[in-house]
Amino acid sequence: MLKTIAEKLDTGWSLDRKDALVLLQQADLLTLGRLAAGMRRRLHPQGRVTFVVDRNVNYTNVCITGCRFCAFYRKPDDAEAYLLSHAQVLEKVAELADCGGTQLLLQGGLHPDLRIEWFEELFRSLRRRFPQVQIHSLSPAEIVHIAAQSDLSVEVCLARLKAAGLASLPGGGAEILVDRVRRRISPEKIGWRRWVEVMETAHRLGLPGTATMVFGAGESDEDIVTHLLRLRALQERTGGFSAFIPWSYQPGNTELGGEEATGVDYLRVLAVSRLVLHNIPNIQASWVTQGGKMAQVALSFGANDLGGTMLEENVVAAAGASFRLDRGELLALIREAGFVPARRTTGYDVLEEYV
Amino acid sequence: MDLSEIAAKVEDGIRLNEAEAVYLLQSPDLLTVGELAFKANRRLHGDNVYFNLNRHINYTNLCVNNCAFCAFRREEGEAGGYALNLEEVAVRAAEAAAAGATEVHVVGGLHPDLPLEFYERMLRTIRDAGPKLHIKAFTAVELQHFAAISDRPLDEVIDRLQTAGLQSLPGGGAEVFAERARRQLCPEKISGARWLETMRTVHRAGLRSNATLLFGHLETLEERVDHLARLRSLQDETGGFQAFVALPFQDVGTRLKGVRGPGGVDILKTLAVARLFLDNILHIKAYWVMLGVKLAQVALAFGVNDLDGTVVEEQIGHQAGAASPQALSRRGLVRLIHHAGRTPVERDSLYRELKREQGGC
Repeated sequence: MLKTIAEKLDTGWSLDRKDALVLLQQADLLTLGRLAAGMRRRLHPQGRVTFVVDRNVNYTNVCITGCRFCAFYRKPDDAEAYLLSHAQVLEKVAELADCGGTQLLLQGGLHPDLRIEWFEELFRSLRRRFPQVQIHSLSPAEIVHIAAQSDLSVEVCLARLKAAGLASLPGGGAEILVDRVRRRISPEKIGWRRWVEVMETAHRLGLPGTATMVFGAGESDEDIVTHLLRLRALQERTGGFSAFIPWSYQPGNTELGGEEATGVDYLRVLAVSRLVLHNIPNIQASWVTQGGKMAQVALSFGANDLGGTMLEENVVAAAGASFRLDRGELLALIREAGFVPARRTTGYDVLEEYV
Repeated sequence: MDLSEIAAKVEDGIRLNEAEAVYLLQSPDLLTVGELAFKANRRLHGDNVYFNLNRHINYTNLCVNNCAFCAFRREEGEAGGYALNLEEVAVRAAEAAAAGATEVHVVGGLHPDLPLEFYERMLRTIRDAGPKLHIKAFTAVELQHFAAISDRPLDEVIDRLQTAGLQSLPGGGAEVFAERARRQLCPEKISGARWLETMRTVHRAGLRSNATLLFGHLETLEERVDHLARLRSLQDETGGFQAFVALPFQDVGTRLKGVRGPGGVDILKTLAVARLFLDNILHIKAYWVMLGVKLAQVALAFGVNDLDGTVVEEQIGHQAGAASPQALSRRGLVRLIHHAGRTPVERDSLYRELKREQGGC
């Protein structure tokens, strides 16, 4: 069976559900790594590992969704609830621009008082002051919420945000794209079809982006494979995803609790993602959740990108992830693994190679 | 030389030489090096992965040495300095016994004035507090310190400690044997030759020990392999090393400014090469406190067959920035091993099987 799968991969066939499950459940770790590393080499023969200089700005932790896996959100009347002012956001982005940053990942809770005008005005200010910083912001759940708050269709909402400066969408809120799982971990969040619809609409409007998966919160292996296949099918239709980022659920301080997926689980899911998602060019390793050492190892298991330098990150930090990397560490990590580090744009154009 | 030649030697069970070990460490092909070590490990241990229920007791952080890589050590009178008294040691040992631990792992700094009698009393205290606990205590460096401070020969020190309850030794203080690197890292510490000589005496006294390597700081790859070669050679003579433990340098709060600890790839390769090169040391241990739990588990695919134990409370690695938790539970260790597709085997301190966990997930 593994041999057939290896042959399929060599001859450019896509893997089906059964292949993916066999790999996820039966292949030994190093065999999976070898297959995924092979595919990564075919897709990225230059031997580069890319990263982007970015900052996460979480404009609010107020959220009416109450997902059980989330340690970041607060109810509107909570003592720790916050909403950043436009001036505060601009100040944070000014720090990012000072560091040569090119990407802003603005994400927040579903705040009951924010309407589209708040975002339009903010994006316009950002465009004016920091034209070099791409606004890579808002997940599908936020888009649906902003549209509903503003009595707009998702399409009009996205078009207006784009006109104001939104350039691409990160793939947050995907969690696992299976409603049975979503009902358990995030019952109030949009279902998988809605997530896909928003992404599809965004892609058609010229707003590309990335896709994520949060695994290890009690889903089955079949659910993981379903998630990958649903993304692959969407990508067939739009080609709008530049990268896929799987990461493990961080159980600290959450209602859902439980244990984090192990290191071996992470590498297996990462490798299978690389192999199944043949039409998504880049796979990011998540050093924020896995740590720099594991992220480096992940480069041998199919990953070719390390995401952002993340001047600031609050969401997984609230759930116990405590890893930090500066640019020097990032470069050393890539070089020691035998790759050439390259700084990129949000759209994966290489800005600078560190030979 | 190429990887396939080395692979053929491994296949035939022929001992690797130092140049081959350096070549493997330099190889960009992490997965192939891993596969060789994985196979070598499988021949020795099948699917078994060992762990034990242990507790660390770091009895003091006061130390007359001042090693550049250490963030644990304090000067006498310095803020944060401590030395546990015998009651505090007894409490920890009793807690360990009550929690089902089978071993205490007792190491500390080189205290400026505690006499040898104190260490004998400490061992007896532990034995009384937990009569069933195996006492694994003191590095070669501590033993030499006790000999110096009591002005007694090493043989006598070992004998007295054994009488007081010492049953085996951890492998710390080896750092890296090569004189050049050792001068920069820990000029006051006993030399590599002295460490090995001490272990020879320990093994001859009928005590088993582990052996460590602290790597990923100032040493060259050749020096790293030289360290393994000196261990292998002593092991040919005594057979007293039970397990080899590769400790990645932790780079927070030490005096080696600007020196980064090794990355995940280097750590996995070093463990794999240790498995392949140390053909006469049966067990290769991934010490999760220093590797991080995730990487330690991944190391099981790179030649490792032992995940250490529950630990419970650890100071030395954590003070130097180790991001791992303080303790793992038995269930947590079993889960890690199951998720790696292997069979968890709880062992005693001499690697005798205590309980095998079937099934998995």
